[in-house]
Amino acid sequence: MSKPRLVLIGNGMAGVRTVEELLKIKPDHYDITIFGAEPHPNYNRILLSPVLAGEMTVQEIVLNELDWYKENNIRLHTGRQIARIDRVKRKVIADDGSEEAYDRLLIATGSTPFILPVPGNDLPGVIGYRDIKDTDEMIEAARLHKHAVVIGGGLLGLEAANGLKLRGMDVTVVHLGPWLLERQLDEVAGRMLQKSLEDKGLKFLLETQTEALIQGESGRVAAVRLKGGMQIPADLVVMAAGIRPNYALAEASGIYCNRGIVVNDTMQTYDPKVAVGECVSHRGIAYGLVAPLFEQAKVAANHLAGYGIGRYTGSVTSTKLKVTGIDLFSAGDYMGGRDTEEIILNDPHGGVYKKLVIKDNKLVGGVMYGDTADGPWYFQLLKDGRDIHDIRDSLIFGQSLVGDVGHAGNSKAAAMADSAEVCGCNGVSKGAIVQAIKARGLFTLDEVKKHTKAASSCGSCAGLVEQILASTIGGAYTPAASDKKPLCACTDHSHDQVRKVIREQRLTSIPQAMSFLEWKTPNGCDKCRPALNYYLISTWPHEARDDPQSRFINERAHANIQKDGTYSVVPRMWGGLTTPNELRAIADAAEKYKVPTVKVTGGQRIDLLGVRKEDLPAMWADLNAAGMVSGHAYGKSIRTVKTCVGAEHCRFGTQKSMTMGVKLEKMLFDMYSPHKVKLAVSGCPRNCAEAGIKDVGVIGVDSGYELYIGGNGGIKTEVAQFLCKVKTDEEVMEYSGAFLQLYREEGWYLERTCHYLERVGLDYVKSKILEDEEGRKAYYFRLLDSLKDARDPWATSREPQAIKQFIPIAVAVDA
Amino acid sequence: MSNWKPVCPLEDIPQLGSRIVRPATGGDIAIFRNAADEVFALHDKCPHKGGPLSQGIVHGKRVTCPLHGWNIGLDDGQAVAPDVGGCRKFAVRVDNGMVMLAV
Ligand SMILES: Cc1cc2nc3c(=O)[nH]c(=O)nc-3n(C[C@H](O)[C@H](O)[C@H](O)COP(=O)(O)OP(=O)(O)OC[C@H]3O[C@@H](n4cnc5c(N)ncnc54)[C@H](O)[C@@H]3O)c2cc1C
Ligand code: HEM
Ligand code: SF4
Ligand code: FES
Repeated sequence: MSKPRLVLIGNGMAGVRTVEELLKIKPDHYDITIFGAEPHPNYNRILLSPVLAGEMTVQEIVLNELDWYKENNIRLHTGRQIARIDRVKRKVIADDGSEEAYDRLLIATGSTPFILPVPGNDLPGVIGYRDIKDTDEMIEAARLHKHAVVIGGGLLGLEAANGLKLRGMDVTVVHLGPWLLERQLDEVAGRMLQKSLEDKGLKFLLETQTEALIQGESGRVAAVRLKGGMQIPADLVVMAAGIRPNYALAEASGIYCNRGIVVNDTMQTYDPKVAVGECVSHRGIAYGLVAPLFEQAKVAANHLAGYGIGRYTGSVTSTKLKVTGIDLFSAGDYMGGRDTEEIILNDPHGGVYKKLVIKDNKLVGGVMYGDTADGPWYFQLLKDGRDIHDIRDSLIFGQSLVGDVGHAGNSKAAAMADSAEVCGCNGVSKGAIVQAIKARGLFTLDEVKKHTKAASSCGSCAGLVEQILASTIGGAYTPAASDKKPLCACTDHSHDQVRKVIREQRLTSIPQAMSFLEWKTPNGCDKCRPALNYYLISTWPHEARDDPQSRFINERAHANIQKDGTYSVVPRMWGGLTTPNELRAIADAAEKYKVPTVKVTGGQRIDLLGVRKEDLPAMWADLNAAGMVSGHAYGKSIRTVKTCVGAEHCRFGTQKSMTMGVKLEKMLFDMYSPHKVKLAVSGCPRNCAEAGIKDVGVIGVDSGYELYIGGNGGIKTEVAQFLCKVKTDEEVMEYSGAFLQLYREEGWYLERTCHYLERVGLDYVKSKILEDEEGRKAYYFRLLDSLKDARDPWATSREPQAIKQFIPIAVAVDA
Repeated sequence: MSNWKPVCPLEDIPQLGSRIVRPATGGDIAIFRNAADEVFALHDKCPHKGGPLSQGIVHGKRVTCPLHGWNIGLDDGQAVAPDVGGCRKFAVRVDNGMVMLAV
């Protein structure tokens, strides 16, 4: 049986991406042929701007080398334009008369620059800006000539103008609109942009119409005549007044078009072929940025593969101007209207302008100029449709009033030098990231993480990396709505979907969950297995069996692995209290097992560092014998409850913080959670136990306790938010227990309480914990129930099968 | 000439897990068992910064190093792109339920 034949017309970004997606999910299904009018393999069209600006070469922007086509058995015909589609005989006919038959046809012919209908528009020296040929022509013109006029002050026009200026030409931008980028910016931001471009030496004529292009003696264009009669010299005219979807070929073959090839949500035309890219019109929109096109490509590939489950429902896009040194971001409905509200921050001297457009308590659009650090964050809020009611008063100041650590407080990507360190964990500089994005054709944060390691450890620099990505490839980066992001590359399902299915289908083992959810890999990876294991045991506490092989080594060895492969041992000290007896046992163990370092931790207990794995069982046997249990200092679990001395001794104390802390820690012992959980109890508002930066912070006051949730002292210092005030110790346990159970049931694996809270909002938590008494009691009950058989992990780890992992096998070697 | 040595019964290594073998001459060797009951043996030293690969999570034919998350191919000891580097691999097989290692 021969394979069905797939023909792709248009060897560009959307078409080839579709083929790549198809090969990923169903390799070898089709016999594939590609026709491209350009004489090049598929390249990154977006990066033509840096090529023009002299920052990159054409060689560097190729995305698929000729070898790629060969390796995938794709017949590529470059420099061959398809002239006709014969739908009856199902074949395409190229301009040189050659033919190719198809079973499925993919049309991805992109778009063409709109050429103004003015006299002289066909003169030599008048071009659009679309491909390598146009770019070469501009570079050549810059070498030989002086005056350039760019018609159109949109993204493309400004990038062309900037490039030509950098190549030494004298550049004037003629723009019909009242300000620059009027389709991306409001007036204030447009004017600020104009000012900074003028500082770079560009000239602008706004609200100006072009009337004719005048021929010079050489036959080449020599000037542009404007409406009103003014004439400006021009040896090169670049038309950047818009693009037109390239659908003439499809239309001529009788496929229904309406300002683009009309497709449905499965990317199919009226004839059930498939079309993707700038040439299509989906629900009346033809997109001109790659991000939505890549989403379309994924859906089209899914249908070509015969799976038929993907739907494309349209995209919200964001844009960024790729002019070095200018920080600009806009997304969604940035103009607003009668039914919207605006929050504006305007500091013309500081060069910062931000406008957020809000409708029905949701962010629907925004413009940022000068400080775009929070662009990706706002964009995410917009895509998620999150209710911003509770963060409205500080929304305009961005995500972090308190800065992240690890990259020297930098928050403006464009202002950073190439040598500046972006990722403090892995030592990755801005220059290295930009280089990787360009050289390897990266389009998403995940790809950048994978190739550069930036943002792949603690993640505090992810926002910066996103900005660098956005300013390097323009608006190409679109985050998925966060509740739809796949858990990892092994699946298309999100955390929420996985949790839901585990609950509804009563799944209790990892193989069962993977097979029900059609996992793409046989046994997952180091990202999804621990997550699945946690979801199973937290959803079905006494039913699902824990899988040690799906836990990170720390939770398997009940100790924290160190950089040299040794481990640390942290016995629990309830509420930070200890006894001479415990201290003696710790001292004995430290001596007996030759522990090199003994340290007091910030969680108020003692850390024995540098223990060999094979010593762990015996050492713990000694500590257990003295009545001590694991401190879980290694787990995604309850860590410590830190306490101050409180009313037991302190002259200021209003509540017995030590007693309260011990009660809480005993209640939560052996609790696993999406991420680590730390508590603190202070005896009065002086708050010596630092309860303000804990997942649950308890502060004693004269009339009872104040409860705070979602604090974090880590990468980003996050101050805990006030939840409520309660009177008794029992209420402290019930309210904090209920909140932690809510987090355990809804948090995504590796999501701290502060991030969970940011995602769902404090109002939501209040509605569950404060306003619904029965619900609260039910959460509290489920917490206690799932912890009813809590025990020290060492209770079972010394059993014959379990202990094997600690014992190396000796093997004799012959000389 | 390699010399096959019995190590342990296959069931002493958990599926998707490992055991450490310590030759008298030193240099720990990690023996892995995957879900398909295939066994692999690598020098227990990650090409990145020497992390103990035996302590990693095993998936497919790979192990993820516990220290900084490099993925290492079990059958060739090579780091998965974009990381580069490799560690020594050893011949290993299962004979009548007994894991045999060539050292
Ligand atoms: C200078 C520049 C800068 C840009 N910057 C950005 C940016 O920062 N961010 C962003 O998201 N987007 C940007 N874009 C837009 C982005 O490049 C396009 O959205 C994307 O390339 C469209 O992909 P496509 O496959 O639909 O079309 P294309 O990539 O144009 O591919 C279509 C291909 O089909 C070929 N073709 C057409 N007709 C035929 C035929 N009959 N037979 C054979 N071949 C044919 C064409 O020659 C072309 O090679 C930029 C574009 C340009 C020109
Ligand atoms: C994301 C950043 C952080 C990481 C990855 C991290 C990691 C760790 C690790 C690995 C340990 C165990 C050390 C050992 O015993 O081997 C530990 C312990 C501890 N960390 Fe952090 N930590 C982070 C942030 C913080 C912050 C910001 C604080 C304080 C505000 C903090 C307070 C503590 C305390 C108090 C302990 C001791 C815990 C105990 O006694 O059980 N950590 N941390
Ligand atoms: S928080 Fe208040 S009660 Fe606790 S030690 Fe400090 S001053 Fe004393
Ligand atoms: S030592 Fe293995 S990843 Fe660093």
